[in-house]
Amino acid sequence: MTRSAVRAWYLVHKWTSLVCTLFLLMLCLTGLPLIFHDEVEELAGGPPPLAGPASSSDAPGLLPLDTMLQRALAERPGEVPLYMAFDNESPLLTVTTGPAPNSPETQMTLMLFDRTNGRLVAPPGEKGIMELLLQLHTDMFLGLPGMLLLGAMGLLFVAALVSGVVLYAPFMRKLDFGTLRTERSRRLKWLDWHNLLGIAAFAWMTVVGVTGIINALATPLVDQWRNGALAEMTGREAGAAPLPPARYGSLDRAMASARAALPGNDPQFIAFPGGAYSTGHHYAVFFQGDTPLTKRLLTPALIDAETGRLTDVRPMPISMTALQLSQPLHFGDYGGLPLKLLWAALTLFTIVVLGSGVYLWLGRRQAPLSLRLAEVTSGGRFEPQPSPAE
Amino acid sequence: MIRSTFAIPVVLGLLSLAGLVVALTGDGWRDILSWAALSAPLLAVLWAASRRSS
Repeated sequence: MTRSAVRAWYLVHKWTSLVCTLFLLMLCLTGLPLIFHDEVEELAGGPPPLAGPASSSDAPGLLPLDTMLQRALAERPGEVPLYMAFDNESPLLTVTTGPAPNSPETQMTLMLFDRTNGRLVAPPGEKGIMELLLQLHTDMFLGLPGMLLLGAMGLLFVAALVSGVVLYAPFMRKLDFGTLRTERSRRLKWLDWHNLLGIAAFAWMTVVGVTGIINALATPLVDQWRNGALAEMTGREAGAAPLPPARYGSLDRAMASARAALPGNDPQFIAFPGGAYSTGHHYAVFFQGDTPLTKRLLTPALIDAETGRLTDVRPMPISMTALQLSQPLHFGDYGGLPLKLLWAALTLFTIVVLGSGVYLWLGRRQAPLSLRLAEVTSGGRFEPQPSPAE
Repeated sequence: MIRSTFAIPVVLGLLSLAGLVVALTGDGWRDILSWAALSAPLLAVLWAASRRSS
């Protein structure tokens, strides 16, 4: 690699890292407990798991959806339904309500029910510590601008990863993989750890970084899908006036039409008219695929909310598929507790890479650039001296 | 030791990606395969750390 190429990549690595490091440290520190949110909530006295048929099925012993919705609305008089979501493991069913069909997330109320007996399992409560951590991790309590800012930081993080791998080449030219020189100086020790952990966790950090960027773009991606592909599904009915909640028809009839269109599949959730995931006058019933691979890819069936008749059913476009696959790949919640533990270990690696990166920069930031580049190309054997000012 | 700078990193990267994807495609043995593959970067670091003192 030429000297000027090393110089350019060094500067890219330095500046992309410097800008994103504090944000990334925050994301790692909030993300670490979030990996285990299911376990934490269970330990913190959350509702015990329910026993019975899956609420997403149409097994006997489950109450009609209309009954469940009535129960939920009785808890929140004056509000309208926004989402109803199902579980594949238990009769747990959740209903989300809000003051208006297009209520923002901050005004929504989530209730957990048992679909075998209609009982409220968990009343809507104060936000727990995990929800606050999640919000800090998602948008820093700044809404859409916060999400987009963190997405931009993710982009810088990926640029820092790529430039770091490029610089790994001249640095390691005469060194074996896994070299850790811990005796010579503290700086060399952390330089070697930075390189080893960075290259070992590179693939994982890149996947979590890229999927984090895609998740940060969720709002514009969903908006684009709703105004594009979903609007196209309404066909002749496009432009029909929004349906007032008083005229919403039977959910069970709508579900029957949807199931007839996608036999063998079970629903994951229903989006009510007027929200981010539906049109103004349809129930959008999102079905999971019937194989493990397609289970995470949802297919919406659009049902006229007044008549309960099927309007259209169509797979989601590639942008929404990418968004859906980005969630498990970012959260690490799809392969049992061992996968979560690996996720946590790799997050700790990332924290050390970030911390050692800051340490390496702080130590020699006043040394001339040519000397800092010499440190890279000599594999750390040449160590720039601290400037006299320090 | 293998001299090529990127030989081991490429293997670690491919194992990591395989581990990330295989657990997405199902449960059971696929999860176990995923844990094994995604352990590779950790094992490489543990190996380097244990070698350091000798």
